[in-house]
Amino acid sequence: MKCRVCRGPAVIDLKRHNANFCPEHFIRFCNQQVEKAIGEYDMFAKDDRLLVAVSGGKDSLAVWAILVELGYQADGLYIGLGIENYSDVSGQYAKEFAEARGLHLHIVDLVDEYGYDVPNGAKAAKRVPCSACGLSKRHIFDRVALENGYDVLVTGHNLDDEAAVLFGNVLHWQAEYLARQHPVLPERDGMPRKVKPLVRLDEREMAAYCVVSGIDYMLDECPMSAGNSHLRYKDALNLVEQASPGTKQAFFHKFLSQGAPFFAEAGDEKRAELGTCATCGGPTPNDVCAFCRLVERAGGQPVKLTRGPSRSGSTPTQQTVTAEP
Amino acid sequence: MIVELRNPTRTVEFDEAMSVAKLLNRLQVDRGAVLVICDGTLVPYDAKLPADAVVEIRSVISGGAA
Repeated sequence: MKCRVCRGPAVIDLKRHNANFCPEHFIRFCNQQVEKAIGEYDMFAKDDRLLVAVSGGKDSLAVWAILVELGYQADGLYIGLGIENYSDVSGQYAKEFAEARGLHLHIVDLVDEYGYDVPNGAKAAKRVPCSACGLSKRHIFDRVALENGYDVLVTGHNLDDEAAVLFGNVLHWQAEYLARQHPVLPERDGMPRKVKPLVRLDEREMAAYCVVSGIDYMLDECPMSAGNSHLRYKDALNLVEQASPGTKQAFFHKFLSQGAPFFAEAGDEKRAELGTCATCGGPTPNDVCAFCRLVERAGGQPVKLTRGPSRSGSTPTQQTVTAEP
Repeated sequence: MIVELRNPTRTVEFDEAMSVAKLLNRLQVDRGAVLVICDGTLVPYDAKLPADAVVEIRSVISGGAA
């Protein structure tokens, strides 16, 4: 198997691209796919301050590494979710990644700052764990970005993640969710723009990027995600992909170019209804936002959002890890 | 050959050398869902693995909705 670019020995085959790559040209391929996504969807500019949400897994560490490699100003944010041993170990991967590269990592611990963890929060709020987890993370992403003047929040969602979410939304014809499914969610009500630069790369490519780049990442799966519908949708799509390489890419990217416009109106209607949360000051369609209701039911203490002075300065309120290179 | 798999973690042993393609077929693993790693290096689908190789088959599927 030879590299498509240099004809040297290849280490990975990408069936959907009908291409093989050596380590050097595979890294270049991944960087190019991220640059292409950033440009295609006008995600951010070179002088924007980026906050990368990192879990310690392959996708978030890879996207952080690629953005730094491409010359962007990117800091990290790790959220300790209080999930058994999983959170401690995943946090260690995030810290070691940042320290080894001299990068700045914000750390927010749910128990320390809000007085609850995901397992207990989910039980108290009668939500499934992934729902309580996602709700908590989204709120804290916004808060840390806002308080520290970041322009853009970056997540490591890859092509498989987005295709699986799209599949679920189509199966249930969730018009409002389909309207919002895009690699860029624009900033609004002071909240940062949210972007997904890995939408042109799949899970196998991201895991391979980490191996080839020497990035150690958390291999174990979150114990609370077992059996969730997102994984079932991935399995179903992988069965189709196995027989017809490129199907996932066509499904998601053709939705963006051809299908998404049909759902735009459903999103516009919902967006017009947002007000301000009486407890934290964040955007919400209700008097009190879903996150603050979750914190209250879990017996924790909500934290008031304090907007930073501008998007140019940094006023960290969280524990931070920064190491010299 | 010692082959380590994850999720669930288990070890499988084979006596003979074989290609990555044959190994994945024997284990009934979808090549699109895993990476094959030997001595810290990615191993392509058509590579031959020696009988004394220690191989990791790493699943690449991660879950949990954000």
